[in-house]
Amino acid sequence: MNRIKISEITGPLMLVEGVSGVSYDELVEIKLKSGDTRLGKVLEISADKALVQVFEGTEGLDIKTVSLAFKGRSLELSVSPDMTGRIFSGLGHPLDGAPELIPTKRLDVNGLPINPYARDYPNDFIQTGISTIDGLNTLSRGQKLPIFSASGLPHSRLAAQIAHQAKVRGKEESFAVVFGAMGITYEEAEFFISGFRRTGAIENSVLYINLASDPAIERIATPRLALTAAEYLAFEEGMHVLVILTDMTNYCESLREVSAARREVPGRRGYPGYLYTDLATLYERAGRIKDQPGSITLIPILTMPDDDKTHPIPDLTGYITEGQIILSRELERKGIYPPIDPLPSLSRLRDKAIGEGRTRDDHASIANQLFASYSRGREVRELVVILGEAALSETDRKYLEFAGAFESDFIGQSENEARTIEETLDLSWRLLRILPREELKRIKSELIEKYENKS
Amino acid sequence: MIKKVAGPLVVAEVEGARKGDLIRLGKKRLIGEVVELRGDLASVQVYEETSGLKVGDEAVNTGSPLSVELAPGMVGAIFDGIQRPLKDIMKASGFFIARGIDVPAVARDKKWSFVPSVKEGDHVGPGDIIGSVQETPLILHKIMVPSGISGKVESINPGAFTIEETIAVVGGKKLSMLQKWPVRKRRAIKEKNPSAVPLVTGQRIIDSFFPIAKGGAACVPGPFGAGKTVIQHQMAKWSDADLIVFVGCGERGNEMTDVLKEFPELKDPKSGRPLLEKTILIANTSNMPIAAREASVYTGAAIAEYFRDMGYNVAMMADSTSRWAEALREMSGRLEEMPGEEGYPAYLGSRLADFYERSGCGKCEGKPEREGSLTIIGSVSPPGGDLSEPVVQNTLRVTKVFWALDEALAHKRHFPSINWLRSYSLYLANLSPYLRKEVAEDIDEVREESLKLLAQEAELEEIVRLVGVESISPKEQLVLFASKMIREDFLYQSAFDPVDQYSSLKKQYHMLKAIKEFFVRASIAIEDGVDLELIKSSSIVEKIAKARFLDDASVAELPGLAASLIGALRSGGRHE
Ligand SMILES: Nc1ncnc2c1ncn2[C@@H]1O[C@H](COP(=O)(O)OP(=O)(O)OP(=O)(O)O)[C@@H](O)[C@H]1O
Ligand SMILES: [Mg+2]
Repeated sequence: MNRIKISEITGPLMLVEGVSGVSYDELVEIKLKSGDTRLGKVLEISADKALVQVFEGTEGLDIKTVSLAFKGRSLELSVSPDMTGRIFSGLGHPLDGAPELIPTKRLDVNGLPINPYARDYPNDFIQTGISTIDGLNTLSRGQKLPIFSASGLPHSRLAAQIAHQAKVRGKEESFAVVFGAMGITYEEAEFFISGFRRTGAIENSVLYINLASDPAIERIATPRLALTAAEYLAFEEGMHVLVILTDMTNYCESLREVSAARREVPGRRGYPGYLYTDLATLYERAGRIKDQPGSITLIPILTMPDDDKTHPIPDLTGYITEGQIILSRELERKGIYPPIDPLPSLSRLRDKAIGEGRTRDDHASIANQLFASYSRGREVRELVVILGEAALSETDRKYLEFAGAFESDFIGQSENEARTIEETLDLSWRLLRILPREELKRIKSELIEKYENKS
Repeated sequence: MIKKVAGPLVVAEVEGARKGDLIRLGKKRLIGEVVELRGDLASVQVYEETSGLKVGDEAVNTGSPLSVELAPGMVGAIFDGIQRPLKDIMKASGFFIARGIDVPAVARDKKWSFVPSVKEGDHVGPGDIIGSVQETPLILHKIMVPSGISGKVESINPGAFTIEETIAVVGGKKLSMLQKWPVRKRRAIKEKNPSAVPLVTGQRIIDSFFPIAKGGAACVPGPFGAGKTVIQHQMAKWSDADLIVFVGCGERGNEMTDVLKEFPELKDPKSGRPLLEKTILIANTSNMPIAAREASVYTGAAIAEYFRDMGYNVAMMADSTSRWAEALREMSGRLEEMPGEEGYPAYLGSRLADFYERSGCGKCEGKPEREGSLTIIGSVSPPGGDLSEPVVQNTLRVTKVFWALDEALAHKRHFPSINWLRSYSLYLANLSPYLRKEVAEDIDEVREESLKLLAQEAELEEIVRLVGVESISPKEQLVLFASKMIREDFLYQSAFDPVDQYSSLKKQYHMLKAIKEFFVRASIAIEDGVDLELIKSSSIVEKIAKARFLDDASVAELPGLAASLIGALRSGGRHE
């Protein structure tokens, strides 16, 4: 092993020469003279050379004194039933002062693709207590539904509220929250941790925290650790796991850094061409498996650079996930919490998770009607800007009124208000009463008769 | 011997390697394909995750190209991108797909009841049908003589056989029901005719406005969430193709699960049998190896062509061709090829053209004489929804139908969100004789006038936005009202309503004709001084709005009803 020598250090990468028997994706332990160790993984092997990505960064490494040990395996995560209640670093070291986990198993953090044939379709309605989600963009157990946010918007508060309120009604089952933080601030991390402590949720949670001040390349590992923990809890321990990953934008930036250091041909805005596939190998780890008790529901959070939905990070995410919850700066400015814009938001699994026997028979029609009516209301509001309110027809004036009421009463709710789905639907009927009845084209008349005067 | 590993690309020294040869790599015998040769070194794209491969590991040449197995036992199955059966893989490795699993594509132990259709002494050649197997109640699997074989039938017997057992001897060669075909090679078809029959999909905006011919090719681009997958699922469910090949190429696992869960329960509108009895699924989801994703569309096409050759109308959906193109780009980048537009290789356009060229309709090789067709519908997922990007542009060059999905419509939940002003079908002229004969003599006029109304609506909306609705004439207001009927009562079609999700051609025509009658009569009435509000309140308006949920016979009455109800309106008078 003495022939091994580091010939180059660039960015987060290290080129090692004189190796033999090294395998692609192998874990490397890097010992510094100071006694510190760092971890890396092999990105490429060619003849006797290996290209190694160092998770903790190459800062302070030198070419001469560092010693390397190739571990003969990929990066692994120690798991055990005792892992809930614990807080780890972005690379899995304990941060809570408690001792290292005594693992019952070590799992490759890359995981393996779920066989599509083995999947079970997610259609158990999760009640988050938030009307814009439950009523219009319903979340299902096993779904991957990201929050598209932007700087300064309350995505953390929303995610915490979902984590605290989410439940599948009528069922008492074991559940867990896995939280993966990539490059977030200390305050944000504290907000989540203290929230979990306050509600006691911490007992059922596993946290992997990489802060803004922590090494950037470590962030490439963090979501993989979180999802590996989730897979273990869900598919081996039979728990229903909610995974929150924040902020995926920081994760993608770390990928871009590695890609640039490798001098790969950049894709859009400098992100690597394989960003879609890379994100997919994370997001697709959510789901349910046939005849298995557990599930993984995934809520990744990302901040859209420049509030731009067509930026590669939200764009590619949207192409992989089963919908998206989009926060709007405009609603935020109006003081509406949670500022979820329902129109560009979407839950693709909604239609199979709602209706008679799941939520209520009027749910689908109500949702379609609210979308159509609110979208008309917003169009009318634009007309008013040009023409003034006086030019509106009687019906359009109603739409204008409806849009306002919908925003303040339906979208708006307080941070600790958990509405049942019935409350959300009844509220919808009350709001729709603002509109002339013949405008309710998306609701069958039987349903109108059944519910119109009940709520 | 392996020299280099970089993600899905391995460079190795391989005995007698030819471009396209399948290679087995390392201890796990991972599968790869030679994509480039340089001196002694072969670049191999690997169909499985390569972690764990080492320099010095074995690289063994199998000597044959990537091929599909063609035999009874494929219908109703779900395969990965290189035709490995996912159900059997689950038996072998559990819920997660382990690497290096070797299972045959089509089951070897199952016996099929073979019925010969030629006799001993008959002379047969490539493509000739020598017998058949009832593979599912919907698919009679015809056994064809493989290419390169011809001669006298020396023996042939009915009975129960596995796919590897000899069913006949032709020209001294033993034939079984199993054939192999290299996936990247197009299966020839004789006399590619222009198709004159539509693929009926039951989707109103498609069949009535922008139809696709059997054997045609269509492009469905749109941003995420616009409805590409739902449209393709709808076509897989309701179109009148004999066999469906659905390729989930780099998309979601749950979308495949959805099909697997629904298709055994949904009934084929023609036969009433479960849809899975005429469906083959290829699933190489986004988290599965990227090189196998590149291969998946070819695997699908080869299987689809094989069934076309039996004389079937086959429809293939590829969702999404952008993921295929990205896989191509990824491999090209690893090969350090010169990147073209947006990093895609320069041959992107020709590969896409080759792929869509596999669609078509015509006489099949061999006796008895028969015609088959292969329709291809590819979705495209352009970054940021920008249609000027290379995959969309290169696809539009070779497809004749363009269903442009519109994000604004999707946000309003107007589905299918196909934009009626921007989409087109170049098959209309070809299909017109068939449609006039089978549906209605004036079907073209009804379509054209409806599209004209919608175009007028767009212009009027502009004006209204600037000066308000009061400033346009009653006649123009009627245009707005009638086009709103077309949009909301005809074009809007829910994929989730049991009745609305499928409309027959006749029903579609009568719905549209009713709106046209309404408009024509109402225009006259307005000229006669009838108040627009009176027209709007006629009971026909509500009836047309409900037509989506009515049966064909009730809808057939609507055009006449519209004519008489509106025709009876008199100025100053009360309606009805
Ligand atoms: N015909 C339809 N009827 C009702 N809802 C529809 C219809 N088409 C689409 N939708 C709604 O739009 C959602 C998104 O559609 P779909 O999954 O087909 O989008 P997509 O274009 O394939 O997106 P991606 O590119 O991300 O895969 C569906 O989940 C469904 O809620
Ligand atoms: Mg899709």
